[in-house]
Amino acid sequence: MTTTVAETGKLPDYDYNIVRQFTIMSVVWGIVGMGVGVLIAAQLAWPALNDIWQPFTHFGRLRPLHTNAVIFAFGGSVLFATSYYVVQRTCQTRLWGGWLIPFTFWGWQVVIIGAAITLPMGLTSSKEYAELEWPLDVLIALIWVAYAFVFFGTIVKRRTSHIYVANWFFGAYIITVAALHIINSLAVPVSAFKSYSIFAGTADAMVQWWYGHNAVGFFLTAAFLGIMYYFVPKQAGRPVYSYQLSIVHFWALISIYVWAGGHHLHYSALPDWTQSLAMVMSVILLAPSWGGMINGIMTLSGAWHKLRTDPTLRFLVVSLSFYGMSTFEGPMMSIKTVNALSHNTDWTVGHVHSGALGWVAMISIGALYHLVPVLWNRRQMFSVKLINAHFWLATIGTVLYIASMWVNGITQGLMWRAFNADGTLTYSFVESVIASHPGYVVRWLGGALFLSGMFLMAYNVFRTITDEPSEDEVRHDEHLPAAKSA
Amino acid sequence: MDINVLRQIGVVLGAIAFLAICWWAFSPKRKKRFEEDAKLPFADEQESIEEDARKGDSHSADEGGAKQEQGQEK
Repeated sequence: MTTTVAETGKLPDYDYNIVRQFTIMSVVWGIVGMGVGVLIAAQLAWPALNDIWQPFTHFGRLRPLHTNAVIFAFGGSVLFATSYYVVQRTCQTRLWGGWLIPFTFWGWQVVIIGAAITLPMGLTSSKEYAELEWPLDVLIALIWVAYAFVFFGTIVKRRTSHIYVANWFFGAYIITVAALHIINSLAVPVSAFKSYSIFAGTADAMVQWWYGHNAVGFFLTAAFLGIMYYFVPKQAGRPVYSYQLSIVHFWALISIYVWAGGHHLHYSALPDWTQSLAMVMSVILLAPSWGGMINGIMTLSGAWHKLRTDPTLRFLVVSLSFYGMSTFEGPMMSIKTVNALSHNTDWTVGHVHSGALGWVAMISIGALYHLVPVLWNRRQMFSVKLINAHFWLATIGTVLYIASMWVNGITQGLMWRAFNADGTLTYSFVESVIASHPGYVVRWLGGALFLSGMFLMAYNVFRTITDEPSEDEVRHDEHLPAAKSA
Repeated sequence: MDINVLRQIGVVLGAIAFLAICWWAFSPKRKKRFEEDAKLPFADEQESIEEDARKGDSHSADEGGAKQEQGQEK
């Protein structure tokens, strides 16, 4: 007796339209967000590029545009697409929610365009990763509540008795991000585009980094682990290594992550005990993080040969390797003595990107390469060779990026803390900037390689969708008249 | 109450919760059930459903995954 299928019979008529929309926009916003990233990387290497169209193209205005675009436009679209897909497939029911479903898509696009207009204009609440002003914050909150209704409404009407673990991760992400966004954005508006946070001083900093770190923990980690628990087994063709471990992984990860935000405020006015608590919790976090990584990678045991021929699977597995690397690096950097060296240096930027490019973007790309043929009823992508080329561009780009930032970060940290015998500083600040210049050029090159891979992906996806498929390229056409209507 | 007593209670309760989840997840009684649950991503493939109907029982996930997956019917 199987517990997975509540009733046999015809498969439900899944709502793939919304998944297709978000899938396409993931590729589009990925290119836009990473393109702005490459531009601001170039501005740091060649500062004259700040002057393309002052003041709108100044680094200080484009940097939040880059972070918002890659996290919320690219990452957000990937998460909407994959969560809507996974919840339907594993609950074996059509998405619930009626008009709320298109509202999440069009609302989200309006928020992204609003961000792309307001941030270069300099309209910002100055909260990192939450820069958008209050009208857009209100819209995000409404969309997020609609998202929660659609997701949990679908879970409620599921035809399976069990709720698959990927949905637990997606569910935790939706609930937590709602709480984080609403509480951190609490503000008193004074005009249409200006508001002041209701928190002040150290409390404001603590709320901000409770939000900021859990945006990493739940938006960029838990949700993408949901992707991992569905797409790695599907692409590898075997169930996850240990389902029991996935349960312990889930509860341990979500209960520990929320305590770690204070490590962004080491040696600040934050009470000492709060800093130490955040440090200890960050170090403990290594255990569930690696538990999840091992669970994902070991899913391939007995199927390692598939990595040779399947670049999509390679994307998924290498993303887990980067995840393991950055979740080792993070706890290490949260130790106060290490943080004394790394804080405010490029090491932090490198750490973020080993997670953002290596883990988040690469698992997203792997999941999208799995999704596109399914959604448009093709046997496989237009070109597997191009997926392979994309894989190498992404991997080499990420490695160049993080290696250059390690070198820069440690150089800066050591130069800033160097003292002469008489107690004066050995180096002026600008000397550390000059020492960083080669690293900035290498970082720009790494980012440009990663971006060029995204262009290959856009072409590959475009051809997969638009090329008229021959008979053997269609996936189960006898069951799928939707192929033509799509 | 002294704040440290509260902290100690918190640590003990947290540890008990963690051990309880581990016990619940890894208890041999539930092993079979979780092995079935792990196959859920493969359960809505057309082949799996036909196979289920034939055998009236669970299927090997290895076989299910190797086959093409089935999307939807309209």
